[in-house]
Amino acid sequence: MTIALTPQEHAKIEAHIQAHKNKAGALLPLLHAIQDDISYVPEAAYLPISKALALSVAEVHGVVTFYHHFRTHPAGKHILQVCRAESCQAMGSEKLEAHIKATLGIDYHQTTADGAITLEPVYCLGNCACSPAVMMDDEVYGRMNAEKVAALVKEARCA
Amino acid sequence: MVKVYVPCDSTALSLGANKTADAIIAEAKKRGLEIELIRNGSRGLFWLEPMVEVTTSQGRVAYAPVLPKDVPSLFDADFLTGGAHPLNLGLTEELAWLKKQQRLTFARVGITDPISLEDYLAHDGYQGLQNALKLSGAEIVKTVTDSGLRGRGGAAFPTGIKWNTVLGCEATQKYIVCNADEGDSGTYSDRMIMEDDPYVLIEGMTIAGIAVGATQGYIYLRSEYPHALKALNTAIARAEQAGYLGDNICGSGKAFHLEVRRAAGAYVCGEETSLLESLEGKRGLVRFKPPLPAIEGLFGKPTVVNNVISLASVPIILDKGAQYYADYGMGRSRGTLPIQLAGNLKQTGLVELAFGATLRTLLYDFGGGSATGRPIRAVQVGGPLGAFLPESQFDTPLDYEEFTKIWAVLGHGGIVAFDDTVDMAKMARYAFEFCAIESCGKCTPCRIGSTRGVEVIDKIVANKGSPEHSKTIQLARDLSDTMLNGSLCALGGMTPYPVLSALNHFGEDFGIMK
Repeated sequence: MTIALTPQEHAKIEAHIQAHKNKAGALLPLLHAIQDDISYVPEAAYLPISKALALSVAEVHGVVTFYHHFRTHPAGKHILQVCRAESCQAMGSEKLEAHIKATLGIDYHQTTADGAITLEPVYCLGNCACSPAVMMDDEVYGRMNAEKVAALVKEARCA
Repeated sequence: MVKVYVPCDSTALSLGANKTADAIIAEAKKRGLEIELIRNGSRGLFWLEPMVEVTTSQGRVAYAPVLPKDVPSLFDADFLTGGAHPLNLGLTEELAWLKKQQRLTFARVGITDPISLEDYLAHDGYQGLQNALKLSGAEIVKTVTDSGLRGRGGAAFPTGIKWNTVLGCEATQKYIVCNADEGDSGTYSDRMIMEDDPYVLIEGMTIAGIAVGATQGYIYLRSEYPHALKALNTAIARAEQAGYLGDNICGSGKAFHLEVRRAAGAYVCGEETSLLESLEGKRGLVRFKPPLPAIEGLFGKPTVVNNVISLASVPIILDKGAQYYADYGMGRSRGTLPIQLAGNLKQTGLVELAFGATLRTLLYDFGGGSATGRPIRAVQVGGPLGAFLPESQFDTPLDYEEFTKIWAVLGHGGIVAFDDTVDMAKMARYAFEFCAIESCGKCTPCRIGSTRGVEVIDKIVANKGSPEHSKTIQLARDLSDTMLNGSLCALGGMTPYPVLSALNHFGEDFGIMK
């Protein structure tokens, strides 16, 4: 189902298209700009993007869905990424993952009912010296445990 | 004024370095003391972050780990003049962990303010570029070739030979692409260079551009590194302003432009041809080789694709000479390798050493054994596509060829330790699962093989003790063989490394009787 866009979102997307369309290899920078701005890449943006970059809608769809980073649905206010890679596994991340999912009551790629937190898996944050690691929005947190993550989530909900 | 250093490296931040810095500023203000607080890179002793340093007449004195609650007592102990305190570690330069290292590529990391161009210049920055500007392209390439530098991303292909191919191509446009899609678990040396000494990468790419005649460079940076993005963009803007990037580099008349492009979370885009597709704005599907990217790379033009560490090692080679760099190392592995200690180790962090140190030295002398205090049972070297090594292989020297001999890889120099609670069948399953999640889908062995691999491992575990068990093990081996020999790139082609090494060295976890 295509999510309908507000006129403001349309305007934002159009502005990003104009700013990026003449770059070499413009599609990824453009998709990043759109997602940074409105938290996802709406399907309704595919047609104007494809026209501006002389691509087919299928090609745009193909790129958006190839990359794990791009979302096709709006995210919650905050993104919590939990590292699933080997270094974090060596320090007990599997238990932590299960705990986070249980306490938030959601699985990966889902958003809490209050719209505060979207949970996503990530494969390495480059913080392997202080595993297990999570990332809340743009900040990495190391040597995590259940209490520390709970405090982060609480802080995010209050912010 | 007293200089106080608090790192801005993201691992230090992940342990609360910002709060420590704030507490120091507030406490100094409260006491009416004037200090200059500098956000330096990390020295790489990550188990001791946040590490605070103070300049004294003897040199920089380290205090670690410093949390906000420790700050008032540090002031009470007169730490601004290097006063005694339980957290006082003495002179930073004298710390055994640092003293035992050979820091060439990481010479400045942790010492300077990463985004200060003045600091960079004051610590031998841009000496390599100044020398390169006096040489012809062929002479620069020869210097890099003679240094013996090999691709630090993992493939270990001689950097000079790659450059020479691009130099020899006639083209209207050539490119320098930096592969900064550091996706291997257990690795963070690229991140550290980009956050803690971004100019050294910019200088290395500029030298590469001048050498082969490329005027445009791209840094393809993984989206998981927002702090690196900020540091690089700031450093690039300052380098442009000072004439180290742009149309007339240092008045030489030579041009080189640089732009950071964000990746989007696909592990396979660390493979060079997939990376190029992504930079062109496409799905990151792996390309057939030939043509080599050096001949037909980005937008079909001759392109140097090098890892961050390879490029960041170029300035010191051009500064001190090929022989200086080649004098480090063993066999055909010349120079140094920035090794990253990760996972279940007591003392994790960045250790730059000449090739040749044994894994045991790294795990115990530097790493201090496991963090949990239990025996180290398995070690994965070289990321998610690297083999698991048992204790009997811990005396292997870190050298590309020595690792090849034991059917393992050095890769990007990441070392992840596991204690004896690890279930190696689970790790083998994860290797297949990761491959299934990250496969670009172009070749069948990787796309289908990875999913079948997860199922086969599940079957092996379920069939423990049954007559079907050995047949299922054979199936896993056959499947690995197909992936190893039939995949288009290293993702499918090397997933069998962790799988088969787990099976061969830790068979008991799969129900194989000894």
